[in-house]
Amino acid sequence: MLGLPPALLTGYFLYLARAVAAQGPFAVGVPWMPSLGLSLSFHLDGLAVLFATVITGIGTLIVIYAVGYLGDHPQAGRFLAILYGFMGSMLGVVLSDSLIAVFVFWELTGFTSYLLIGFEHDRPEARRAALQALIVTGSGGLALLAAAVMIGQMSGGVSLSGLLSGNVSLREHDLYAATVALVLLAAFTKSAQFPFHFWLPNAMEAPTPVSAYLHSATMVKAGIYLVARMTPILGGSAPWTTALVGVGALTMVGGAYRAVTETDLKRVLAYSTIGALGVLTLLLGIGTRAAVAASLVYLLAHACYKGALFMVAGAVEHETGTRDAAALGGLRHSMPLTAVAAVLAATSMAGAPLFLGFIAKEQLYDTVRHELAWPAVVLAVGASALMGAAGLIAGVSPFAGRPTTSSGTHEAPPSLWSGPLVLAVIGLIGGVAPAILESPLTLATGAIVRGAEPVRLEAWHGLTPVLLLSVLTLLGSLVLYVSRERFRRGAWPRALRTERLYTFAGGTLDRLSRVIAPPLQSASLRSYVLTIIVTTIVLLGSSLLIGGGLPARSRSTPVHLHEFAIAALIITAAVSAATARSNMTAVLSLGTVGYGVAVIYILFGAPDLAMTQFAVETLTVVIFVLVFHQLRGFGDLSTGLVKVRDAVIAAAGGTLIATLVLFIGASGTTSRLAAYFAEASPRLGHGSNIVNVMLVDFRGFDTLGEITVLVTVAVGVRALLRLGNKERHG
Amino acid sequence: MSSLILRTATRFLMPLLLLFALFLLLRGHNEPGGGFVGGLVVAAAFVLHTISAGVPASRRALLIHPSTLLSVGLLVALASAVPALIVGRPFMSALWKEVGTGEAAWAIGTPLVFDIGVFLAVIGVVLTIVFTLAED
Repeated sequence: MLGLPPALLTGYFLYLARAVAAQGPFAVGVPWMPSLGLSLSFHLDGLAVLFATVITGIGTLIVIYAVGYLGDHPQAGRFLAILYGFMGSMLGVVLSDSLIAVFVFWELTGFTSYLLIGFEHDRPEARRAALQALIVTGSGGLALLAAAVMIGQMSGGVSLSGLLSGNVSLREHDLYAATVALVLLAAFTKSAQFPFHFWLPNAMEAPTPVSAYLHSATMVKAGIYLVARMTPILGGSAPWTTALVGVGALTMVGGAYRAVTETDLKRVLAYSTIGALGVLTLLLGIGTRAAVAASLVYLLAHACYKGALFMVAGAVEHETGTRDAAALGGLRHSMPLTAVAAVLAATSMAGAPLFLGFIAKEQLYDTVRHELAWPAVVLAVGASALMGAAGLIAGVSPFAGRPTTSSGTHEAPPSLWSGPLVLAVIGLIGGVAPAILESPLTLATGAIVRGAEPVRLEAWHGLTPVLLLSVLTLLGSLVLYVSRERFRRGAWPRALRTERLYTFAGGTLDRLSRVIAPPLQSASLRSYVLTIIVTTIVLLGSSLLIGGGLPARSRSTPVHLHEFAIAALIITAAVSAATARSNMTAVLSLGTVGYGVAVIYILFGAPDLAMTQFAVETLTVVIFVLVFHQLRGFGDLSTGLVKVRDAVIAAAGGTLIATLVLFIGASGTTSRLAAYFAEASPRLGHGSNIVNVMLVDFRGFDTLGEITVLVTVAVGVRALLRLGNKERHG
Repeated sequence: MSSLILRTATRFLMPLLLLFALFLLLRGHNEPGGGFVGGLVVAAAFVLHTISAGVPASRRALLIHPSTLLSVGLLVALASAVPALIVGRPFMSALWKEVGTGEAAWAIGTPLVFDIGVFLAVIGVVLTIVFTLAED
């Protein structure tokens, strides 16, 4: 039942794919803040449709699988809700038109991934892995935000459809190199490229549906999506190509190598996913039409077989209680249907003919052979052989050989084997009749690289050098699989532990905050106020000084006697508040200051402000009185020196604000604003009280923010007092 | 505190203050007033009531729990921003409807709803704080 919404969405996107094929890309949107150029708009082209179909299609299978996997877990509802949340965010990433919205959804996928990895939050490893994934991919997200802002600066807009259709050349711009670096940082962290790959294997702490969905089929491909999306906008230059090809190749080899050295089924799959992501990055880096098409075929093939193998690993663990490849064997007798799905998927991953994986691998070899030198071909074949072996370890070894577990093991429920079986069969259909994929892939390729020639896929290329490479790969995979124990023991080096960088950076931050935090977080309200005021004085004062000081005072209005009297009253009350010897004197003096200011408001024609000020002052005094009986008696806690310091700071603050008011008054902006609002309020706001029209209409958004703050404060006060009372009385 | 004078004065002042607050709220768009100060006056009226009659009596007189006012106020303010979305204008655009003609013409619009939300939220904030403090 729960699989229905994503299934319907899949159908919808397949339908939209036809529309895109017929009419070209289209967009819908609602304006949000047009004055800032922000809108919630979606842009649908071949690339977006391809990703959206994968997200919802595999999402359907995953939701069905998750319901079976979690069974009657008490928090299954929470899990599925977050899973749906992730699906929505991921769709947002690939469908959003504004780069800012892409960033927001990008971070949302990170948050939902955090919640899903840490789903079993009573396990410290799960919490740690969740936090690590969040920090690594989240910092990449910030890089994406910075890149979006810079692209906006360079081209004047952050709308993808505008950037894609426009002919703004960003490559000549000074900010180009920095923008490329930021975009690639975002893509590399999200798609687990070297040296940021370490979070992905750790994320295997997540329940298996999450690993299958987020950390293999979809979220980690967000980085790939970003690179593909940015290719027409930023791509084609030497730094872009070099970085993608270099990092992609390194990740491909490293991930594939580590995959074979692991025995935990999910870690085997995680490292081979890193390898596959490296392949995708490499192909996108090459950037020719053939390479891009190859990367998309590879992406589809990978989503099918890797999603299936992850689900198989989860089903095996569900039935046997372990996912250690070395301890599993012979499950083909007890779990025949799961075994069929697993073997089909593993064969596709190894790149055997008649499977989609075979076609993907042929395309990879063909591209690398034409575009790069022979060492790259060797690397690609080697990495593919290693990944193929990893696929066999994950998909064949648990089912082959003699049964190792007790005879009590039985077939998983249909919800657990149907998903992988469907994906594996899709991989087979795609391999036998690849022509059905040609039209969507042509559309998607067209969105990345200009050109008109359609993508051609054939199940059989004939006897070519590439076929020879495929045969070599397959043989290599088989040899590695058979000798996997020996390989694992002899493996060297174990790893390039870039995770140490993360640990080191985290530790350094901790040490740094241990130095910085105590003086700032002193738990003393006085020192907080002091910090805030001193910071304000320094920032405002320095910018006033640098900005060239004050303009000449243009005019001075005559000062009346009664104004002097009120000023004298306020000053006297302020001095009395500062030197008060009892609570009551201090509060009443402060109240007098407030009332004095309110009188000034009245004199200078601001009755609204005055009314509010009177009401606020009155209520403040009442609240103070209510608080008093909770406090101990009045104490004089400051030494003389501290008092002098406070007086100096207070005087500086007051002087600065007074100067600022003079500055603003002399600049002439105020009279222009006043004239504008006096004219616009009745016309646009249907009201002649300018202050109120501003509060509820022109600046209504600010007011909404302010009352939200007020409400939060009230809730906070109530919570604090209630808590305090419980601790004291209870 | 149980001063007879205060209690008697409060009894007569309460309705006046509440009416005045309503008056401030409604006239606010054209004359000094508005939801914020109106809310403060209501809150002040209830604080007066609290001082003369105590928190339990004030809670009963308010009829609604102040925390409810908090959330309802915020929701009302937020709701006033929604109609603009429905007719396809940017979030929070003010929508107005002219009523009557000639001298009697006036306009009613979403900013009034927003102001009522502010009014309720301010009452809720002040009374939540005051009641919690005074209950101790």
